Amino acid sequence: MLGKLSWSAIPFYQPLPLYAMGVVGLAILAVLIIITKKGWWPYLWEEWLTSVDHKRIGVMYLVLALVMLIRGYSDAIMMRSQQAIAIGGAEGYLPPDHYNQIFSSHGTIMIFFVAMPFVIGLMNFVVPLQLGVRDVAFPVLNSVSFWLTASGALLINVSLVIGSFARTGWMCYPPLSELAYSPDVGVDYYLWLLQISGIGTLFAGINMVTTILKLRAPGMTYFRMPVFCWSALASSILIVVAFPVLTATFAMLLLDRLVGTHFFTNDAGGNMMMYVNLFWAWGHPEVYILILPAFGVFSEVIATFSGKPLFSYRSMVLALLAICVLSFMVWLHHFFTMGASADVNAFFGIMSMIIGVPTGVKVFNWLFTMFRGRIVFKTPVLFSIGFMVTFVIGGMTGVLLAVPPIDFVLHNSVFLVAHFHNVIIGGVLFGALAGYNYWFPKAFGFTLDERWGKASFWCWIIGFYLAFTPLYVLGLMGMTRRLQHIADPSWRPLLLVAELGAIVVFFAILCQAMQLYVSIRTRESRRDLTGDPWNGRTLEWATSSPPPAYNFAVLPRVETIDAFWEMKRKGLGAARPAYEAIEMPRNSPLAFVIAFFAVVTGFALIWQIWWIAILGLLAILVAVMVFGWSEDRQREISAAEMARLERAQLGLGRPA
Amino acid sequence: MEDPDRLYDRTPGVEDQEPTANYWSYTTGFGLAVLLTIASFIVAQTNLLWPPGIPMGLAVLAIAQIGVHLVFFLHIGTGPDNTNNIVALAFGLLIVFLIIGGSTFIMANLNANMMPMPMNLPH
Amino acid sequence: MTTTTIEAVRPDRVRGRGAGGPSSTRTVVAYGFWIFILSDITMFSALFAAYAVLSDRTAGGPTASELINLRHVFVETMCLLISSYTAGIGALSAERRQPDRFLIFAALTFVFGAAFLIIEITDFADMLRVGAGPSRSAFLSAFWALVGMHGAHVTSGLLWLIYMVAQVVAKGLLPHVLRRLLCFSLFWHALDIVWVGVLTVVYLMGAH
Repeated sequence: MLGKLSWSAIPFYQPLPLYAMGVVGLAILAVLIIITKKGWWPYLWEEWLTSVDHKRIGVMYLVLALVMLIRGYSDAIMMRSQQAIAIGGAEGYLPPDHYNQIFSSHGTIMIFFVAMPFVIGLMNFVVPLQLGVRDVAFPVLNSVSFWLTASGALLINVSLVIGSFARTGWMCYPPLSELAYSPDVGVDYYLWLLQISGIGTLFAGINMVTTILKLRAPGMTYFRMPVFCWSALASSILIVVAFPVLTATFAMLLLDRLVGTHFFTNDAGGNMMMYVNLFWAWGHPEVYILILPAFGVFSEVIATFSGKPLFSYRSMVLALLAICVLSFMVWLHHFFTMGASADVNAFFGIMSMIIGVPTGVKVFNWLFTMFRGRIVFKTPVLFSIGFMVTFVIGGMTGVLLAVPPIDFVLHNSVFLVAHFHNVIIGGVLFGALAGYNYWFPKAFGFTLDERWGKASFWCWIIGFYLAFTPLYVLGLMGMTRRLQHIADPSWRPLLLVAELGAIVVFFAILCQAMQLYVSIRTRESRRDLTGDPWNGRTLEWATSSPPPAYNFAVLPRVETIDAFWEMKRKGLGAARPAYEAIEMPRNSPLAFVIAFFAVVTGFALIWQIWWIAILGLLAILVAVMVFGWSEDRQREISAAEMARLERAQLGLGRPA
Repeated sequence: MEDPDRLYDRTPGVEDQEPTANYWSYTTGFGLAVLLTIASFIVAQTNLLWPPGIPMGLAVLAIAQIGVHLVFFLHIGTGPDNTNNIVALAFGLLIVFLIIGGSTFIMANLNANMMPMPMNLPH
Repeated sequence: MTTTTIEAVRPDRVRGRGAGGPSSTRTVVAYGFWIFILSDITMFSALFAAYAVLSDRTAGGPTASELINLRHVFVETMCLLISSYTAGIGALSAERRQPDRFLIFAALTFVFGAAFLIIEITDFADMLRVGAGPSRSAFLSAFWALVGMHGAHVTSGLLWLIYMVAQVVAKGLLPHVLRRLLCFSLFWHALDIVWVGVLTVVYLMGAH
């Protein structure tokens, strides 16, 4: 009746997850009770949960990312602590079974539920505003994307409490991930929840590509688009062509586990190496999906805060497109040691070095943008400068690893771990935080507190270097990754420094929380009344903060790059434009309903409760068909109403 | 209401404005596709082509038939307003080639470098 | 919003829709679906890659040439091709606001599509009976996954077609119904394109 599910799935006998579950459960309960008592449910339902507004969806993505950052970080501090303690004769406090689940969930959460939502959330919020249009191409699909991602996040948190998570590492290689060696539900959790959130991500990519290519303000040709939009386009193109490969690969592994096929098994002709090959055919483009929007953020931030146009717009665009194409030609560097012959390894090694060139072009362009600019040292700029130093170091270690003989020594050592954290934290995370600080006033109408922002930056960068520089050294000394117990006591000092770094990162996260708390409490003193707190260059700053639901009452006419800068230079028109009636999409509960049944179906598939899975899928189908049958999905905002809303904005001191 | 985009923008599947031309487009495409299909079956089952060349012949016929579908059924044209569609298609084809070609190349190389297996193990 | 003609804005520097403002809903929907199709083709390419790698790993079990019945495959192929043709004519009829003609051709599309599926499912049943199921060998796993995934897409397409026919009957050829029919046409033709690949790589080269 209930498949493999039974009471033994709940870890009553394991104190750590039990207490964690208790704490989280209480927190969730507290939040729900507060919302109910304050009567916020109608507001939440109407304005957020059923919203199809790209701005709201972007904010929800960021909230998801920040919440999951806490879970991902707690995995990290647990690992660091275990490695700091369990040296020589000491056992540490995490048995190997747990430790394996923790490093697996750390990677999965940080990549799929922190970095991806952060990046997609920023793209969602900013791109339509920068393009001068009212929303993305498919607003309802956009909300479906978000809620499917949230479903995946919910399932990975459920795995903490009911059953277990995969013990295979975040890449889930066979044969360890096959049924013979991972008979429990952990790998099933991993596979099904990533399939669900993968569909969401794919739809987000399709949406963004269509929006950027087909929906732009009048006059905005391709070479008048902001560079962030180009980076969003490149990243979204990669999402569209890379994620299906992951879907197919996970489907094959699921078939192996559920049906007994032999794609990756030891026997009957299966080939485990093919999993590694296909996984990384997705995996390498994935890291570019993460970093390209971060590059876009830095382009915007550096140009704005230097008061200068971005240096060499065209080479920036070309570099983005080159990276887009090249990212599909390097993936073997993730498995140099799997046994390909020297010429194959050499080809991919050389390609991996070549792909560093466009990024180098971009770094020089950022430096040239800053040269002779009047630089304002706000928090986003600190993150940008920190990025330039940190990412370049990480990139250099990457080029080092791209040399196959060197990789033979360093593959799967903590040197590799230090490298990818170097580029992800220094690149993706710093970009995400820069973007968060930069666009927060646009989203909420007040800037974030500068002092706490700078404090968080310094904690992040110091914490990062303390946590990961020792790992470079340890990697060269021979320490492999994912060790639950350290045999060599001479590694202790370095591991303690790494632990210290992780603790400093805790303070970084704390500073961010404080920043948010203080900013909200003192928001009146930092209200953004003009819509343009940073003297920006691009169209999102031409709206009020926050923008009205329809973004622009009249779509702007664009004639140059940095359209808003040009408008300011020429003087914003004083004449009130002629308003026309517009149509905006209505909110829809479809996405929430689909996500609810996706969680139910996913859980049922994981635990092999087939009847619930079938019912869940049917429910999703019915929901889609009912939605597809409905007709009244747009609402009209009349010209008179537009005029009234715009006057109200003026009355508040905000630009029309 | 007349769609102002019809003059400047096209996506696959959207026909142009001369209806008669399109019945012929589909019918011609269908006819060509049938011929190409029959040709592939003949090539596969007889010695019309030199046997070692049969896979290549089949591949060529398949590509031709895919082209017929793209042009006659999906109306992938060559006007300047079609650029988005063609670039998307070209990029997609590049990726397909890289994934299939790259994987076969890599896996063949990896398999060749495997240790010799005892003959009694099924593989 | 006011529409702007391209002539007014530097036509020599402009391609596509860049200067005229956002494209029409029909264009946006069709292009978005085209991008989805490309993503679907990428997924098939991963399955093709797996098939190419595993096609000779028969583990002592049945091989392609033993299992393939080219007569069935020919009939299947023709059915799918005819259904693609009738779908195209149906789409034309819909564009010209001829619902009755559309319904006839939609029915034909369904019949020939279903014929394809019936032949394929019969072949699958035969294979299961001789012990050539997906868990027999890696080659068979890849075969079943690739051909089965295509068949699953065809099945979803037929269900979608039924839903679209219901919409046309109930609401008529409204703009949003027409947009969805356009998406269906794209989907159906793309499936035939994928079938050309499956036919060539799996069946014709396999039987050879």
